[in-house]
Amino acid sequence: MTFIPKPKVAHPSLPKNALGLTRRDYEGALSTLCAGCGHDSITAAIIEACWGISARPENVVKLSGIGCSSKTTAYFVSGGHGFNSVHGRMPSIAMGANAANRDLYYVGVSGDGDSLSIGLGQFCHAIRRNLNMLYLIENNGVYGLTKGQFSASADIGTKAKKGEVNQQPPIDPVLLAMNLGAGFVARSFSGDKAQLVPLIQAGLKYPGFAVIDVLSPCVTFNDHEGSTKSYAYTREHFEPVVQADFVPFQREITADYGAGQAMPVVLHDGSRILLRKLAEDYDPTDAGRAYGYVQEHIAKGEVLTGLLHLRPTDQSEFHALNRTPEQPLNQLPYAKLSPGSKALEKVLARYR
Amino acid sequence: MNPTDTSRPDYFHKVVDCQWACPAHTDVPEYIRLIAQGRFTDAYLVNRKSNVFPGILGRVCDRPCEPACRRGRVEKKPVAICRLKRVAADHKDEFRDRLAPIPQIKNGKKIACIGAGCASLTVANDLMPLGYEVTIFEQFGEPGGLMRTNIPSFRLPQGVLDEEIGAIIDMGVELKLGHKIESMRALLADGGFDAVFVGSGAPKGKELKLPGRQEAAANIHIGIAWLESVAFDHVKSIGERVLIIGVGNTAMDCCRSSLRLGAKNVKVMARKPRQFFKASEWELEDAEEENVQIVINRSPKAFVVEGGKLKGMTFDVMEYDVDARGRITAERITGEEFLPADDVILAIGQENAFPWIERDLGIEFDKWDVPKVDPVTFESTRPGVFFGGDAAFGPKNIIWAVEHGHQAAISVHQYCQGLPVADRLAPGVNLQSRKMGMHEWSYSNDYSPVERRLMPHVSLKERFKKINIEVELGFTAEQAAEEVQRCLNCDVQTIFDAKLCIECDACIDICPVDCLTMTPNGEEAELRTRLKAPAQNVTQALYVSAPLKFTGRVMVKDEDVCVHCGLCAERCPTAAWDMQKSHVKWPHAADQPSATAAAGLKSA
Ligand SMILES: Cc1cc2nc3c(=O)[nH]c(=O)nc-3n(C[C@H](O)[C@H](O)[C@H](O)COP(=O)(O)OP(=O)(O)OC[C@H]3O[C@@H](n4cnc5c(N)ncnc54)[C@H](O)[C@@H]3O)c2cc1C
Ligand SMILES: Cc1ncc(C[n+]2csc(CCOP(=O)(O)OP(=O)(O)O)c2C)c(N)n1
Ligand code: SF4
Ligand code: SF4
Ligand code: SF4
Ligand SMILES: [Mg+2]
Repeated sequence: MTFIPKPKVAHPSLPKNALGLTRRDYEGALSTLCAGCGHDSITAAIIEACWGISARPENVVKLSGIGCSSKTTAYFVSGGHGFNSVHGRMPSIAMGANAANRDLYYVGVSGDGDSLSIGLGQFCHAIRRNLNMLYLIENNGVYGLTKGQFSASADIGTKAKKGEVNQQPPIDPVLLAMNLGAGFVARSFSGDKAQLVPLIQAGLKYPGFAVIDVLSPCVTFNDHEGSTKSYAYTREHFEPVVQADFVPFQREITADYGAGQAMPVVLHDGSRILLRKLAEDYDPTDAGRAYGYVQEHIAKGEVLTGLLHLRPTDQSEFHALNRTPEQPLNQLPYAKLSPGSKALEKVLARYR
Repeated sequence: MNPTDTSRPDYFHKVVDCQWACPAHTDVPEYIRLIAQGRFTDAYLVNRKSNVFPGILGRVCDRPCEPACRRGRVEKKPVAICRLKRVAADHKDEFRDRLAPIPQIKNGKKIACIGAGCASLTVANDLMPLGYEVTIFEQFGEPGGLMRTNIPSFRLPQGVLDEEIGAIIDMGVELKLGHKIESMRALLADGGFDAVFVGSGAPKGKELKLPGRQEAAANIHIGIAWLESVAFDHVKSIGERVLIIGVGNTAMDCCRSSLRLGAKNVKVMARKPRQFFKASEWELEDAEEENVQIVINRSPKAFVVEGGKLKGMTFDVMEYDVDARGRITAERITGEEFLPADDVILAIGQENAFPWIERDLGIEFDKWDVPKVDPVTFESTRPGVFFGGDAAFGPKNIIWAVEHGHQAAISVHQYCQGLPVADRLAPGVNLQSRKMGMHEWSYSNDYSPVERRLMPHVSLKERFKKINIEVELGFTAEQAAEEVQRCLNCDVQTIFDAKLCIECDACIDICPVDCLTMTPNGEEAELRTRLKAPAQNVTQALYVSAPLKFTGRVMVKDEDVCVHCGLCAERCPTAAWDMQKSHVKWPHAADQPSATAAAGLKSA
């Protein structure tokens, strides 16, 4: 970490978004993570993404559990709302908030420990309920905050800093999410903002559960030789297969993608996700084939990245399933929110 | 692009914008830090080493450093570099005992300097500690050149001049006042000097030949001659209505001096619009504060004389077409205007003139009658005769004259030691890490958002009471304390070691001003468009690394608006970035190998 805050001075020609804000307006508190931590890069990518889609800071809800990764919600969009839940329980909080107000952007930031160990059940049910949120797993293969124990995403054969070798098979959040029916499943790398920023933007805009597993090396406990989650290993093994570019509603598509190769997916507000296949034989919209493809490559030791699966149209989003009111609860008239003791009596009578 | 070759001393020198822009390469950030620590005498001496006259320059320097200052690109205004120089000078203690000692036993070489202006004084300053016997010939009764005779005392008090000139003369210089050199031939033949330095300035004010010039001569004055008469108390008054022709710095001194000698209505007449003025912005502001009216687009046409007395002047009213790049593409006259005046002062430029140098001595002059002078060695075409200051290439300013003096002193020394004058020690640069420990840097790396402090002035009511009331009061202690923190420490350089980088992005993310990018290499022009913030200021270098280990990309730093906060180095997990102070070694005569060997000393 550093004790020296980033000064407010900025590049004089820093661009402004539709709201007249610069990227710097989306920053948060001083990071207390280790210098060089991948999580900080993801924070920077979130800042860039929120700025890029001109999200109003007060419309961003930041949710997290416990872990170094979960601490990062304090480091971006200080003008947003935040909730640091107990370990692994971020999805429940996200669901409550989401149920009460569907007008906001929900960004959940979690870790491989937070989501795949203690919070695995919560994670699965958030997918099942198809919460309209962006769920980021900052995946470093260890419990960073508690000093580097293997997490459930550690690969077989990967070595801990002190030398012990992991024997248990990993849980892969991408395969798990596809298996449970998530409509937006991506994998990326903290060191590749060109890929990560548009993914985050697309995920924020996607109407349904969007999960991005972001490989995010832990410089302190898992960046040594023999680790499969180090900077060096990730750089060597990651393989982008689908590039997803996010095109906001206002902007025209610049035609620098080979036509035919780029597939636009139009979202409800008119913005588009442009899918560009980098591997010929890969179809991200076919969940079954995508699952097989990703699994095969994992077996070969390759880490495929990009928007690995996208289900274009999605009616089964949480609010539609539960027929929640359009209006956020805090905007409903009091009488409607609280129908009074007589109405309560009636409801209770049904159970007597 | 190829990896940046940082072994060239120029590279890091150029990053220190102020020092690079300063003709004498004053170590600005170093003296500003010393002021911040209250070490005024040390700050003064850092200045003096390069610019010789910190008290004088802290008031009247042309300050090429300030428009260059990086702070002026990061926010609106540059650091008040010049004002801080004055802070050092005003608050210093005795410093003479800390100057290089003057050898008792001389080296047997005698040097003549013609004119006691800043150029000659610098030559003496550099050569006296090496054992030379220097004689300065000055036509006037006091040393200082234009600093004394033309820069008015309300800008530059006598006491400041006396102190800084005294420090040089008291090294044992033989100062021959009231001694005009009438013949170079005689001096070379009979003077007994081993080398001659001509620092006689550019003393000839330009004429304006228009109808009526002769008839009204009594009330038409040449600016620099008039200022000289004012300085020597030969002129004590002027008419109520004064027109100043020209809008350079001389014009500014003429109009403000007029106001102090009784003028009530002073107009400065400019041929062109404001963006073409030669005067520095701050001199214009100071004149306007005193209610001088600056009239644009007026081209002098004739002096109007009635009954043998000046009545005023007529001007053509001009109109100009200016293109997008700010150049004049066409001009036309749209009318004529008469302005009444009691006196007119011509301030349209000056030239060097050498009626006292015979043209058959081997000192060649070009077709404009300007001596041929080598721009590096300052030697004329006659070995052993050197020129510097305004005498060399026409009128410039004090700080240029000082640097000419330094360079000429090196040549004089080489020449007298029988060494080629072109054989000169090259500039060098030293780097030293500023890391102190965890999260600690031995310089104030915090960015201070404070805006430039304003110089307090004597009130308009007070300042005209006497001609020598210094208008600028100098910074208060509080102002100085705030202003020093505005300096970005551009000499604390960001140094990158590509083999240590693990491409984690930490430095890129933390940089507050988006200087850093990791990207595939390319040609410079194209690379500049691909950086995190496009690098549009092509006068500022890109610092390009060797290919990085994992991806073969390069780390590119746009030097343009780096605030030298050190956060990149602070954040880097592998110390691939480090903050290192660069010390530019700009050699003077005493640093030449022949000088250090002679003195049995090593170069500092
Ligand atoms: C009105 C005015 C205002 C200025 N204001 C500024 C300013 O604010 N800041 C700034 O940086 N610069 C200013 N300048 C420019 C600056 O003063 C000169 O560039 C600088 O003084 C040049 O120094 P020098 O040593 O070359 O010559 P000078 O200062 O001109 O000194 C030459 C000396 O040689 C003497 N001399 C000449 N011929 C002979 C001879 N034959 N024998 C003996 N002695 C001789 C002269 O009497 C004079 O003393 C100003 C100039 C003018 C005219
Ligand atoms: C209920 C509970 N059990 C255990 C812990 C201890 N604990 C804190 S963080 C953490 C693991 C965090 O790992 P991960 O989510 O991968 O985050 P990282 O620090 O690696 O980013 C654990 C087990 C806790 N805080 N609360
Ligand atoms: S900020 Fe300081 S070091 Fe940088 S150019 Fe300005 S005065 Fe010089
Ligand atoms: S010192 Fe480093 S972090 Fe600070 S402005 Fe310069 S490049 Fe950016
Ligand atoms: S912080 Fe250091 S290791 Fe990381 S990218 Fe920057 S220079 Fe490289
Ligand atoms: Mg973890």
